[in-house]
Amino acid sequence: MEANGSQTKHRKIALALSLIPGLGQFYNKQLLKGLMFFILTISFAVAFADLINIGLWGIVTLGEKLPRDHSIFLLTQGIIAVLVIAIGLLIYFLNLRDAYLNGRNRDLGIPLNSVREQYRNVSEQGFPYLMLAPGFFLLIFVVIFPILFVILLSFTNYDLYHSPPANLVDWIGIQNYIDIFSMDIWRNTFLDVFSWTIVWTFVATTGQIAIGIFLAVLMNQKDLKFKGIIRTIFILPWAVPAFVSILVFAGMFNETFGAINNDILAAFGVDSIPWLTDPFWTKVALILIQFWLGFPFIFAMVTGVLQSIPNELYEAATVDGASIWQKFRAITLPMILFAIAPILITQYTFNFNNFNVIYLFNGGGPAVSGQTAGSTDILISWIYKLTFTSAQYGKAAAITMILSVIVIAVALWQFRRTKSFQEEDMM
Amino acid sequence: MSTKMQNTIRLTLSYIVIAIACIIILYPVAWIVGSSFNPGDSLSGSSIIPENATLQHYKDLFNTAESDYLLWYWNTLKICIITMVIAVAMISCMAYAFSRYRFVGRKNGLMTFLILQMIPNFAALIAIYVLAYITGFLDTHFALILVYAGGLLPMNTWLAKGYLDTIPKELDESARIDGAGHFRIFWQIILPLAKPILAVVALFSFITPFTDFILAQIILRSEEKFTLAVGLYRMISDQFGNEFTTFAAGSVLIAIPISILFLSLQRYFISGLTAGGTKG
Repeated sequence: MEANGSQTKHRKIALALSLIPGLGQFYNKQLLKGLMFFILTISFAVAFADLINIGLWGIVTLGEKLPRDHSIFLLTQGIIAVLVIAIGLLIYFLNLRDAYLNGRNRDLGIPLNSVREQYRNVSEQGFPYLMLAPGFFLLIFVVIFPILFVILLSFTNYDLYHSPPANLVDWIGIQNYIDIFSMDIWRNTFLDVFSWTIVWTFVATTGQIAIGIFLAVLMNQKDLKFKGIIRTIFILPWAVPAFVSILVFAGMFNETFGAINNDILAAFGVDSIPWLTDPFWTKVALILIQFWLGFPFIFAMVTGVLQSIPNELYEAATVDGASIWQKFRAITLPMILFAIAPILITQYTFNFNNFNVIYLFNGGGPAVSGQTAGSTDILISWIYKLTFTSAQYGKAAAITMILSVIVIAVALWQFRRTKSFQEEDMM
Repeated sequence: MSTKMQNTIRLTLSYIVIAIACIIILYPVAWIVGSSFNPGDSLSGSSIIPENATLQHYKDLFNTAESDYLLWYWNTLKICIITMVIAVAMISCMAYAFSRYRFVGRKNGLMTFLILQMIPNFAALIAIYVLAYITGFLDTHFALILVYAGGLLPMNTWLAKGYLDTIPKELDESARIDGAGHFRIFWQIILPLAKPILAVVALFSFITPFTDFILAQIILRSEEKFTLAVGLYRMISDQFGNEFTTFAAGSVLIAIPISILFLSLQRYFISGLTAGGTKG
């Protein structure tokens, strides 16, 4: 190396010059690249100046004058402006990085790439981006954009009385969150819904897991006949689309014509039970239905695990005089739990957000007087009601945020333990 | 022999439990099938095996002048198939890029996907509704398809990437030496080898929109645009009990094809779910 870093200062000069995009590349004598950065920056600024200007103004003020300003349009434009700025900053960063790296190469006396090599580099390195572009584009608009929107919405007073185009929406900071925890009506509803969500998640999920494991172990006995057909029957509730089954159950539990009261309970001489009008019995019915819907999935998974447990383990245990129960506790259960632990956790998060069964069975009802949530509403169905029945968008967004934090916390905790997270190329 | 006795007792108990489980599973099925053949609109006084069984309710559903049922079926199939095609195309491209290339932003991209797959996309239902409303896409299948396809991407890309990682890289490299370009390697070497996982992804991408209720309920407004889930729900929520027998026939016609499809492709589901660790 004839020129080392301390003698020449190309990297610093190039970096400083490319504060104006392109100049650093000119300095590095990469004219074409510099020109491209320069043109890209200019056209970016010209094309998006208005959007960024209005968007940033809009997202800060959410509109000042009626009927000219529509707060929600402005909020949307604001998010787009922020995304555009983010892309702009990314290009700017790439420009700085490129100037710096090439400057350093010159300091170290490494020859720079020719135009032809640069072209080949771009087409070589650009290919993965080309493959990712359509998917990412879609993801930004239908997944990331809505998430940003909800986050921002949770800090506004957007509701029935502050609803464009007739009214303006304003930023109110964390007032929604404060209200949920401090205003009596909100706090009571929130606590009711939240505690039922937790009870529902734990009882329904644990029950379906227990039933699934029990039946799988039962079906794993070697001397049992008709295994194929019985297994198919056991998987049937999973095969039928859930919305169909739930609606059918809503009919079966119906108090006037449903089969549960009229046929089954009547046959045992039990009085009719108010399945849909009494909160307690609705909860019981929901949990029983979820058992029915949820166990086949666990059953199928556990069946797969059981078939892979080596027989020698059981034979050794039999020689040692272990009972059936001891064999289950010491061999079968640990093997099952080890193999399907991640799936079990997703079952909990799935039921935590199991909108279908709550909403389709009884609409979250029976209603509770003075509350926006019914007595069997879980967080997600309450959010739905706040959005579509009472137009409490701001509050609904705040509750969505609370719900998402819970789900992400659980999921992160889970994924830290799974394979995909520990892959060599992830870290 | 006491062990023989024990075995007999164990087997008998097992069969009793299995019989009870089968009854609990099959009773709702029998009840809804019975209801669908039951004459009249309501169920009062009906029994599981109706006395004057009738196909009238099925005929009603197929009568396009009176019922939108066939339209809902068509809408659902259309939405599911388009979603499936879009999702599979995008997912295979993204999984290939993530699996085979090392590029700036790859790690962050994968992390983003991992986090996004944790939140069900209907959690942002307010945003989806408001955005569809102000962009004028409310009540269009277009919006629904985009939301479904977008929601499928994170989890299934991980799934497919995991599978592609197991295909030896030597295959691409030798093809590259033979002069194949990036796209050709993807199209002619990777995709054919990835067929099993693409089948799983396609299955998920078809079933997820088919069984979804909430997103369709949020976005679709007019009756002729409904999917089966929304249509069936309206059928009984608007006038519960009055059309129950027709609803029953409608349910049977959905449950039979989907169950057959599901049961015959069951092992793909299980392999996909074991790999992905999530329920579709």
